[in-house]
Amino acid sequence: MGYTLIYSQIYKFIPYLIKGAIISLQIAVLSFFIGMFLGLIFATIRTFGPKILDRLVVIYVTFFTNTPQLVQIYFLFFALPEVGIMLSPFYAVLIGMTLNAAAYLSEIQRAGFISVKQEELDAAKTLNFSIFQQVKYVILPNIMQVLFPPLSNHYILMTLGTSMAAIFGVEELTGRALNINSDTFRSVEIFSITALIYICITFLATFLLAIIGRYFFKAKIRIIQ
Amino acid sequence: MIGLENIWRKELPQIEIKSVSASYEKLKVLDNLSIELNKGEIVSLIGPSGSGKSRLLKLLVGLLKPTSGEVIIEDKKINFGSKEDLIFARSKVAIVFQQYNLFQNMDVLKNVCIAPTKIQKRDKDEVESQAIALLEKVGLKDKLKAYPGELSGGQQQRVALARALNLNPQILLLDEVTSALDPELVNEVLNSIKLLADEGMTMFIVSHEMGFVKEISNRVAFLDKGSVVEINKPDQLFNNPQNSRTKDFMSKIIKE
Amino acid sequence: MERILEEIPSFFTYWNIIFLLKAMGVTLLLTLLGCIFGFTFGILLAITRKTENLYLLPLRILVIFFTEIFRRIPFLVTLLLIFYIFQIFQITDSVFLIALYSVCLIATAYIGEIIRSGIESVNQEQWDAAKAMNFSYIQTLKEVIFPQAWKVILPPAFGFFILFIKDTALASQIGVMELTFAGKILNNKGFSPVLVFGSILILYFILSFPLDRFGKYMEKRIATDRN
Repeated sequence: MGYTLIYSQIYKFIPYLIKGAIISLQIAVLSFFIGMFLGLIFATIRTFGPKILDRLVVIYVTFFTNTPQLVQIYFLFFALPEVGIMLSPFYAVLIGMTLNAAAYLSEIQRAGFISVKQEELDAAKTLNFSIFQQVKYVILPNIMQVLFPPLSNHYILMTLGTSMAAIFGVEELTGRALNINSDTFRSVEIFSITALIYICITFLATFLLAIIGRYFFKAKIRIIQ
Repeated sequence: MIGLENIWRKELPQIEIKSVSASYEKLKVLDNLSIELNKGEIVSLIGPSGSGKSRLLKLLVGLLKPTSGEVIIEDKKINFGSKEDLIFARSKVAIVFQQYNLFQNMDVLKNVCIAPTKIQKRDKDEVESQAIALLEKVGLKDKLKAYPGELSGGQQQRVALARALNLNPQILLLDEVTSALDPELVNEVLNSIKLLADEGMTMFIVSHEMGFVKEISNRVAFLDKGSVVEINKPDQLFNNPQNSRTKDFMSKIIKE
Repeated sequence: MERILEEIPSFFTYWNIIFLLKAMGVTLLLTLLGCIFGFTFGILLAITRKTENLYLLPLRILVIFFTEIFRRIPFLVTLLLIFYIFQIFQITDSVFLIALYSVCLIATAYIGEIIRSGIESVNQEQWDAAKAMNFSYIQTLKEVIFPQAWKVILPPAFGFFILFIKDTALASQIGVMELTFAGKILNNKGFSPVLVFGSILILYFILSFPLDRFGKYMEKRIATDRN
């Protein structure tokens, strides 16, 4: 083996990488919450809405959950300029991840909607609650406990998913690792440290989500099973 | 001389439990418990929830390890750390659980035959014919190919009995075997147990069915907080309890 | 729009179509091999994880480490790491093999977890009954636990397979000739990106959607089977 591992050369890049990790988290958090909001609207449409909108949402969700996120972003990044919309890499990734997330999160939330007992919704209807009020006051409070684990799980998946932004040149964690790699060529050291950072941020996220879940939603998540 | 030896052997209890303590999930469930079971004897264990009755039975089949004390089965002291000792114990003692615990993925016949065939490595045909005989005895001969999910609780429990008996145990442990059953199904199980008692099977029975306990037991032990408080013949224990805690318990239960 | 219509005949040539179909085959192959490997070794992982012997504790810890690591690193990073490690050791395996190794490792970690929760879904009392009759650990798993657990394992395992088809798109980044990489090539050749990536998306959809429907059908069958 004509190669020795020299980690000392790489240590100085760790702050640079961590700043990249923060950008990864920004992408994940933004696309998750916007996606969850959109998903909520979609779930509401699918549960209450007119048949036409329901069908449209089904087509949307089916399409986005049966195709890879990477290719979706490729499409946004390369195909949209054809119709005159030029997106920066960051926004192409952000929008792509958000649209993808909206599809998956709408299904998760819709499952929660279904689990609410019909009697409670009927009671609300007789009290003249609008759809918006039914969702806000009857459905959401009831299902938060059930939804918390799958939503948290998807968030973690999205955090890992931000790494594909590097392919488009975004300087998040993986992107920065690739930068350092092209400068120093200490590939194994760089990517093993990058991997370690991903492991740490997902552990941190799981841990925080477990605490939030337990105290606010009484939903239990295990950190390591 | 040989004849005297045999008489001597008959005097020794089949199970001796000496000052056994055990813990489960940091709670002391058995506390310095001592009791003996003689061959052909039926000893019932009664007492409030948490008194350790079920735990004691689970200990005897190695599902619980003692932290102190001795367990002696047929003159052999059981070392709970030794696989061979545990295998020995389980070859002598068979248990029927409150929740029957039949294997859901097998039909009745396979449930009753699998352990003797695969574990005890007995002859397949011998095991099967004995199984059919046992199932006939408990009144389930027509259910050989049924799956546990298709049977009532009472039927499942009787299969569990047949399953335990097909292991040819020396001692049978019955752990609240009627507690999970609807009232109308209890009697069919109790009748099957009576049949076994008539045949002289050595048993520890944990039960809440006080009338049954009185009728079938040679001795009854009252357990509380992990140890034996009082043990005596049924009519003595029920009508003339000596210990205050026993009296307390007796006054709380409706006498059948 | 006109450009797209103009290009359609030159895009959907015989050569291109075969090219895309081959790439689809590579995608499927990667996913399939990865999942078969993952299932086989996932069973081993799960079985090891559920042992209770004290002497096996180091092995159990190893399994936990392996599982957590490969589930908490992005697929892209795993790919790159394996790629560069092979480079140092001057192993000249093809990029397909490198992607395959990555896929196998990741699949093992994920499917191992699915199998483990399948095992855990079986009532503890089934273990007690088996133990009381002197069943060994492996015998209990073979005769009692797995026959009951597979119903809980199969739907999520199949779901993972479908998910994995989409994950293999990342293998395009190290040059594996799978579907996404084929798209990049066609795009670089100058075809309209709408046409190229639109077709790629549709091809992935054709792979994924029928399997997804089949998975849901299977889930329904298993659920009614239980009763």
